[in-house]
Amino acid sequence: MSALRFQLREAPPQRLDCSPLTPDRLRGLSLAEIARLPLQTTRAAITVGDLFTIAAGDAGTIVIVGGSALMDEVGAGMTEGSITVEGEVGIRAGRGMRGGRLHISGKAGPYAASGLLGGEIEISGDAGDFLGGPGPGNPAGMAGGVVVVRGAAGARAGDRLRRGVIVIEGDSGDHPGSRMLAGTLVICGRAGAAPGYLMRRGTMFTQYAAPLATFSATGSVDHVFRALLARTLLPPSAKIPSAKAAALIGGAALARFSGDLAGLGKGELLIADPAS
Amino acid sequence: MPDVNEMGINKAGMNKTGMIVNGVRIDESFAEAFDMRATALIITADTAAWAEIAAVSLTGFATSIIACGVEAGIDARLAPEETPDGRPGVRVLLFAGSTGELQKQLQNRVGQCVLTSPGSACFAGLEGIEPLKLGDALRYFADGFQISKRFGGRRFWRLPVMDGEFVCEGTTGLTKSAVGGGNLLLMGKSVAATRHAAETAVAAMSAVAGAIMPFPGGIVRSGSKVGSKYKGLIASTNDSYCPTLRGLTASALDEDITSVLEIVIDGLTPEAVAEAMRVGLAAATALGPEAGVVRIGAGNYGGKLGRHHFHLKDLLP
Repeated sequence: MSALRFQLREAPPQRLDCSPLTPDRLRGLSLAEIARLPLQTTRAAITVGDLFTIAAGDAGTIVIVGGSALMDEVGAGMTEGSITVEGEVGIRAGRGMRGGRLHISGKAGPYAASGLLGGEIEISGDAGDFLGGPGPGNPAGMAGGVVVVRGAAGARAGDRLRRGVIVIEGDSGDHPGSRMLAGTLVICGRAGAAPGYLMRRGTMFTQYAAPLATFSATGSVDHVFRALLARTLLPPSAKIPSAKAAALIGGAALARFSGDLAGLGKGELLIADPAS
Repeated sequence: MPDVNEMGINKAGMNKTGMIVNGVRIDESFAEAFDMRATALIITADTAAWAEIAAVSLTGFATSIIACGVEAGIDARLAPEETPDGRPGVRVLLFAGSTGELQKQLQNRVGQCVLTSPGSACFAGLEGIEPLKLGDALRYFADGFQISKRFGGRRFWRLPVMDGEFVCEGTTGLTKSAVGGGNLLLMGKSVAATRHAAETAVAAMSAVAGAIMPFPGGIVRSGSKVGSKYKGLIASTNDSYCPTLRGLTASALDEDITSVLEIVIDGLTPEAVAEAMRVGLAAATALGPEAGVVRIGAGNYGGKLGRHHFHLKDLLP
């Protein structure tokens, strides 16, 4: 059975809450019922049918053609199935996802993968600030799952990361891995200023970074852990493979820094090319 | 009608069957085996030699649950591409009578023999019906500096140690379908020929996946029977098969037999035990009665104690 397709007809007149468009919530609904679902975030009502042309298909496989930076919360809370967005999305894409797969072919706004609990998210473009970060009032950020960003990420990627793996194949903005609690953040390019600022635990890999003075050089790290992680990012283990990340993690020796000693200090930065 | 004793051996020195393979007499008997709990581990190291050392150490003093707690042995040597971390490894199997004993032995043996071995790492070797703690128990050795990593649906613990880091999977799997006590009794005309036949059989059986021969070199020379004349001893020498006790006891041995060696097999499944016995029978009989043994039997308790019966006649080459 082919995918359930939503074709965006025109630019949205306001920010949209796209969280109803997930396999879990659309399964069993008729096209008419889907068309009546509200997406507005203001008092002006907008339904799915007002903006999208809907083509019937399997609700477990959703395709949204024609993205917009105003389409927020795409895939939020989904637990199974897949959503593919052919275009860009707004804020909080995949927020609180528990399972399934979300693929965004364009760029994603701030707070993508915020509070992620499971499943996989692939962003082919760039990601905004606070990738995998905590939602408002949440003590922890992403707590499971895998995120792969093929482009660059904004500031504070992996803020308060608790569990799971975030891969940024490009560069990251400033303060990546800030306040990390645990989990793994991989930046295949350059990490911005103050990487791992106030991190408690967790692991950050990066090609290039200038560690803060509150990180202590501890030599290199064993091959075993790196090999295990690298394998999970390659086929057949990886659902969203990243050869770049696997090459950085499993490749040449990495300098290890322990920190942030301004806090608990049990985190680690693993840097291929540390700034002296 | 020949004069047959209670073991089914006639006084002329012939077993009652008449089955002969390549000149080797095969008893019409069966190995009686028992249900056991088992688990498997994959131990890796920087070199195959160090993985072997850790595995040999872990499986040491693990010949019989009578006094060792577990029966353990090396199942296979693994190439780097077969292990989770891409280094040379060894797969070991451990068998016990209860889940509690298996858990205790696992923790003690990995803690004392693998954690301590240079460059080692330890992973689950079995996806079982329920987990047994591995790193989840050993992590406390790191005194708060342990690091938990979960990826690919599996949890790994990283323990800082003096040569770097000991990586250990959180749990391994338990199977309740394992079988212990498969066996072959090799009976020869000389000590040297009997030993040669046993060595040859064990070498062939070692290639069978999912089965181990837990005794020294895979061979037992002191087979035991249940019970003893002495209070408190649960097992004692298998007098029926001791050549020097002919005349004193109801001997099972023919007049041309001067040495008996036993091979005990534990397997993750009944099929693995049967396959190991089949391979062992083929290897031992292929030597013929001059270079190897003249007769092969199997130990049992009359079929009343263990629910797995491996009949030699079903396993012949």
